[in-house]
Amino acid sequence: MTATLPAPTLAAAGARRPRVPTSLLPVVATFVLFVVLFAVGSARYENFGSAQVFVNLFVDNAFLIVLAVGMTFVILTGGIDLSVGAVVALSTMVAAKTLQAGLPAALVFVLVLVIGATLGLMNGLIIHHFGVQPFIATLATMFLARGLCFVISVQSVSIEDPTFRAIATGSITLPGDVYLTYSVLVALLVVVVAALVLHKTRFGRTVYAVGGSESSALLMGLAVGRVKVGVYVISGLCSAVAGLLFSFYMLSGYGLHAVGMELDAIAAVVIGGTLLAGGVGYVAGSLLGVLVLGVIQTLISFQGTLSSWWTKIFIGTLLLVFIVVQRAISGRRPASRSTGA
Amino acid sequence: MTSPDLPAPVERPAGASLGARVRGSRLVWPALALLLLLVGNTIASPSFLGVRLQDGHLYGSLVDILKNGAPIALIALGMTLVIATRGIDLSVGAVVAIAAAVTCTWIAGSPDPTSASAALTGMAVAIALCLVLGLWNGLLVSVLGIQPIIATLVLMTAGRGIAMLITDGQIITVNNESFSFVGSGFLLFPVAILLALVVFVVVALLSRRTALGLLVESVGINPEASRLAGLRSRTIIWTVYVFSAFCAGLAGLMISANVNAADANNAGLFIEMDAILAVVIGGTSLAGGRYSLVGTLLGALTIQTLTTTVYTVGIAPEVTLVFKAVVVIAVFLLQSARVRAAFARLGRRGGPTRPVPRTAPARPVAARPRPAERVSPS
Repeated sequence: MTATLPAPTLAAAGARRPRVPTSLLPVVATFVLFVVLFAVGSARYENFGSAQVFVNLFVDNAFLIVLAVGMTFVILTGGIDLSVGAVVALSTMVAAKTLQAGLPAALVFVLVLVIGATLGLMNGLIIHHFGVQPFIATLATMFLARGLCFVISVQSVSIEDPTFRAIATGSITLPGDVYLTYSVLVALLVVVVAALVLHKTRFGRTVYAVGGSESSALLMGLAVGRVKVGVYVISGLCSAVAGLLFSFYMLSGYGLHAVGMELDAIAAVVIGGTLLAGGVGYVAGSLLGVLVLGVIQTLISFQGTLSSWWTKIFIGTLLLVFIVVQRAISGRRPASRSTGA
Repeated sequence: MTSPDLPAPVERPAGASLGARVRGSRLVWPALALLLLLVGNTIASPSFLGVRLQDGHLYGSLVDILKNGAPIALIALGMTLVIATRGIDLSVGAVVAIAAAVTCTWIAGSPDPTSASAALTGMAVAIALCLVLGLWNGLLVSVLGIQPIIATLVLMTAGRGIAMLITDGQIITVNNESFSFVGSGFLLFPVAILLALVVFVVVALLSRRTALGLLVESVGINPEASRLAGLRSRTIIWTVYVFSAFCAGLAGLMISANVNAADANNAGLFIEMDAILAVVIGGTSLAGGRYSLVGTLLGALTIQTLTTTVYTVGIAPEVTLVFKAVVVIAVFLLQSARVRAAFARLGRRGGPTRPVPRTAPARPVAARPRPAERVSPS
């Protein structure tokens, strides 16, 4: 595969035939992987190859899709956000506690989103203005958010609010008796909006430029600072949205919700073909990455005899394979850069 | 280098006064923080500093801090060298869990689960496996050239799964005196402290009395230039990851021996965070190329004291994380280039004759070239 990589680029440049650009290859690879995994499942287990199983991938992973979208923005600039799982937990906690106190659901949504965006803003400001490494700054925020959860309550708080429950349990029935939740619609909306922002706005182009080369972007007069802070705000906001979706899913708030979910989000983004060095990647890839993780989980639960911790091992192995492939591709960075940015 | 344990000679010009020298040293902040915590604790409970001898064992809050801090200190030592080569090892928590799982499973499965030989072979197998895991991390980073955060993320994700697989998802308890000796035994001092101390002294001697430490730093500053200068960068990077896994394995033995059990889910959970924080508080630059083992030790003790403080002062345990986070954020901000530069400006206003702004780091983190740029030929 690696040997044939430069060929499409050259061909596309020379003959202008419609070919897949190099930066899209990992996304295509992830898509193929997803299709293969799903086909294997359908062949091996009855009931696997149904529309409902496919839709359930979205239903069960709606929050992870939103998280991965936020993470994509951050990783595209060459950063990383480890606080997302903790912000999800904090969001569930705040939602559960304020609903318990009798606040209307609409106000709770706004409050949670504001908290998420504020934490993201804090990350961004620390990283950009104080030159602290993203990894370390968001690690501190992760501690902070988890700690705040336990300050609010050590116990799990269940959500009883009727409006909130109605939204959480409400479902839409598609033709063919396939049902999906409102969370799925929210997640898909986030994906579409994110894709539009990345590809149709000045902000989005600057995100790619900063990831490609921060100093070049700065020399070009792009608003590097604003974008670098902005991506963390977006990630914080996405974490808050994911937190709300997770509260819909669990109907409770708990400080130990979503432990390690930041790693799932990073894994999904990487498997979706986004380069960790920044500058190359697509939101659609991250969506596919989440679906691949979801289908692995479904496969293992259908198998029944495999213990659930095999999921972790499989995800780890898959992550490794994709990183090694990434490494092989980014070894030819000049080629991929020219089509990617 | 004038003194083996004080890093960053650039910050200490030859003619500097003692005061300026102290201010320039990166050890000041962690030492100050630790001192502040100890003083605060003593004010809160006057018996805090008391150490008493009972049945030939030392007891007291200070001994407790040292004992509970030993695993973090050990892991942080390994992490220091990894970070000095501009890397990071996220997998230490998972390695802790694997070491615990292997030892306890081995002991529980041996013909005589209480014998010393079962404990010894179990521990040897666990450490050997940890070395293999270190080799694996090192292979990914040094040979395949994968970013360290991501390379070790693989083992971090998969590692706990492996530990679960070994213990079959159970919490395995063992009752073996030789094994618990590692975690809760006493030779006047708790054995855990002595073990950590031995590792610390060996590493300090190896890295500061030989050229090894210098080589590690040079790899951290510029791996390519080091290679061209005739260093085996690859071998050095590989070695630090193996060492880090070894430390994590040893810490895993301590942790599981202390509770006589292996819990694949919770053993060493979040310990990588504590270790990294210890290293950073200790003044080691995350950008690589400069490290301080003494600083790391101080950092680990600071973190452990912080945890203990929360209990002694009577702050609710659930606030611990917030408290830690606030302290850590404060430390990072104080260490950041911008704040240091501001301090330097303040200092210069007081004494304008100083030759260089020595409190500003020689190489601010933000100004370093990013890896992607170094890859491209232009």
